[in-house]
Amino acid sequence: MTVNMTKGQAISLQKNDGGTLTAVRMGLGWQAAPRRGLFGSRTREIDLDASAVLFADKQPVDVVFFRHLVSDDGSVRHTGDNLVGGVGQGGDDEAILVDLARIPVHIDQIVFTVNSFTGQTFQEVQDAFCRLVDETNGQELARYTLAGGGQYTAQIMAKVHRAGAGWQMTALGTPANGRTFQDLMPAILPHL
Amino acid sequence: MTAELVRGQNHPLSQARLEIRVSAGKPVVAGATLSDEHGKVQGVEWVAHPGSPTLPGIEVSKQAAADHRLACDLDALPETVHRVSVLLALPTGVGGPVRFGAVAAPFVAVTGLDGSEVASYTVTGLDAESAVVALELYRRQGAWKVRAVGQGYAGGLAELLTDQGLPQARQLAGSINEAVVQGLARSVAAPPPRAADGDRSRHAATPALGQDQGGSTSPGAPGQVSPQHGHPGGQGPIASGAGPGAPQAAYPTASAPADPSAVTHPAGAGGPVNYSHPGRQAAAPPPPPPTAPPARPGQPAQPVAGDATGWSMEERLYNQVWGMFEDLARSTAAYRSAVDFAESRMEQELDKALSDPRARIGGQGDAAREAARAKHAELVDRAREALDRDLAQLTAEAEVVEPALPPAFARWDNPAWHGYRVPMEIPMAVRLGDLHLPESAGLSIPMLVRLPLERGLWIDSGRTGSFEGSIADSDDLRRLAMDTAVAHAARLLAVYPAGEYTVHVIDAAGSAASSLAPLVSTGVLAAPPAVGAAGVNEVLARLTQRVDLVQMAIRGGAADSLPSDLDPAEQLLIVNDFPHGFDDRAVTQLRYLADEGPAVGVHLMLVADREDAAAYGPLLDPLWRSLLRLTPVPDDHLADPWVGHTWTYDPSRVPPGSQVLQHVLTQVATARRSWNR
Repeated sequence: MTVNMTKGQAISLQKNDGGTLTAVRMGLGWQAAPRRGLFGSRTREIDLDASAVLFADKQPVDVVFFRHLVSDDGSVRHTGDNLVGGVGQGGDDEAILVDLARIPVHIDQIVFTVNSFTGQTFQEVQDAFCRLVDETNGQELARYTLAGGGQYTAQIMAKVHRAGAGWQMTALGTPANGRTFQDLMPAILPHL
Repeated sequence: MTAELVRGQNHPLSQARLEIRVSAGKPVVAGATLSDEHGKVQGVEWVAHPGSPTLPGIEVSKQAAADHRLACDLDALPETVHRVSVLLALPTGVGGPVRFGAVAAPFVAVTGLDGSEVASYTVTGLDAESAVVALELYRRQGAWKVRAVGQGYAGGLAELLTDQGLPQARQLAGSINEAVVQGLARSVAAPPPRAADGDRSRHAATPALGQDQGGSTSPGAPGQVSPQHGHPGGQGPIASGAGPGAPQAAYPTASAPADPSAVTHPAGAGGPVNYSHPGRQAAAPPPPPPTAPPARPGQPAQPVAGDATGWSMEERLYNQVWGMFEDLARSTAAYRSAVDFAESRMEQELDKALSDPRARIGGQGDAAREAARAKHAELVDRAREALDRDLAQLTAEAEVVEPALPPAFARWDNPAWHGYRVPMEIPMAVRLGDLHLPESAGLSIPMLVRLPLERGLWIDSGRTGSFEGSIADSDDLRRLAMDTAVAHAARLLAVYPAGEYTVHVIDAAGSAASSLAPLVSTGVLAAPPAVGAAGVNEVLARLTQRVDLVQMAIRGGAADSLPSDLDPAEQLLIVNDFPHGFDDRAVTQLRYLADEGPAVGVHLMLVADREDAAAYGPLLDPLWRSLLRLTPVPDDHLADPWVGHTWTYDPSRVPPGSQVLQHVLTQVATARRSWNR
């Protein structure tokens, strides 16, 4: 069962049987939009980058992105930079794996962002999505479509935060502009 | 709108706060010089470099890296600064490329803070240059502009800085390099992330070997090319672009782990021809890894030895040990980060409680302070709980892994050494000691380094900062250092097949006779320890000649034309009490061996106190840096490649009173005689 999330919706990351999740994957997939007109078959490459920022009490502590693929504590791992997106498949082109049990005790929120490194806006991207998967069994927990991508080069996708003893995910879907996560920090802070 | 500049072209800058991004493909040093209206750099305080990364208005990285982002605020620069030159240089003395012609053309871009590119420039056309002024930002009629310069210097940073009118150019260039290399030299080289292809072909030949432990020490697979044929400097893929004679495999940076195939044995000139397809090396599937018994619900899985990827038990254990090393580094990073956070939060809350006027009267302030301390204690307790959980798991893993280790990876007190038999195959790594962190003193991680050694070893017989080192008296320390060196040498002799490792000893003062006794009495040395200046010169001359011959043969592609009396084994030279008995010429020869030797199978083990060589001044700095420093007593001086914690190194010591060295070396000598070598 997949939940299609809308902006601002929160879901709890409890398993149906009551156990808590131990590992989740934030997947990001996209395709470059074909250009119309003459030479329409020539698509331009689009490089989207997924990043995860780890916060402790609203202060950024660590970040996982294409230049720092593993958080110092090892709990959050980026599978590596994909420069061109998918070639028609619906799979994840970049993924960030989060080992929830291993996250340091002071980290209470992890914010996931997507940036267009090559500068195209989301209007030029097709089928872009962000999804959260239970890494232990491959089950999709939530999917957020980058629908109606306007004149924006970045999006703050979702946050995973502590709720009681477990974790919760909230879809944010806030558009923003910037090339890497650093440019998004001012836009992230209000969501913490 | 990006302006793609060509050499000499300029472009106006409308913003004052800029970022200069550099990407070079290989680690480079980035710096910046400030100069006045006459184009002169007034002094060393006008140069931003890794040793002094921040100046008003400009900040550069502290270390060499393939990518840099330099921050620049033109408004914050002093009024007298009229030009900012952005320079790039290749780090020297670390075994990396020495000329820009050997690396991809560096790309430099000036961007705004939002990441929008203002101007970019690809520095093309470089060849023998090792330093280059890439861009300059300069004032013109009250406004700033950027110009693509691309001026290279074959003489490196020293020549570049001299050209900018800096009087102390040469000293500064030296200290910049020092700062960079120290950053690199402290890190333990990262393991290859996956099994190298060279290893696969090596182990695929003996697929059944991993199943029993005894077998891993004496597998019956020949086919291992002898190292000095199979391991020529310049055969590894990453060395292909470099000039001849620059051994690339010794590049010890943590951020750019050496290409795995460069540290193993590509079948090179003169060795047996490797017919296997590089992309399809696995002829037979490896034996399945041992399976863990299913965990009881709610309990962590029981650890098993060899629970990692690999084509043989040896490789799996190696990967498992490195996995434990990384896990311990990261778990500790999580703990330290949480504790730091708890402390900074408590300080903030205490400050707030102090500055709140309402809190000053009555018990409110005390209550707030009490609450802040309680929050701190609670978070630290939880962090410690998480660390203890991880430590318990890793300790349980270490308890099953340690007894399963083959001799090359095992402690001297491991029973594997009692069942020792001379191996038929070179192991992939050797244990040089143990590593632990203050938070986890009870849990030691074996420090495994790949064979053949990429760097020489320096057993430091000087006083260290550690407690144990400061109480031992200096003669004891020297003896201890030599004992440690002998134990390392004995281990290397024992884990190589019979006759494939030759050890030479220089003991100019003859002061280490008791330490050397196990090597001398069992007859495993190539010759008695060399004494006196004549002995020093004779051994150095022989090894230097050997390095020259092998290098010439490899360069000429004529490895089969080497003289037949040339010992094909790998060579280890132990030098006790360096620089005692060394004249200038001998020191030069030793440096040559340290630089050129590892690529052709000649390795150094220096037992020395750096103070004793102080007379040589900075001349020997590159020598010390090129060696992996080990200590005879526990000392915290090694960094891991992931987080950069400072680890305490504890050498592998032979248990007191144990005859294990005699026992093992006697077998080595016997095997050698029976092989008639």
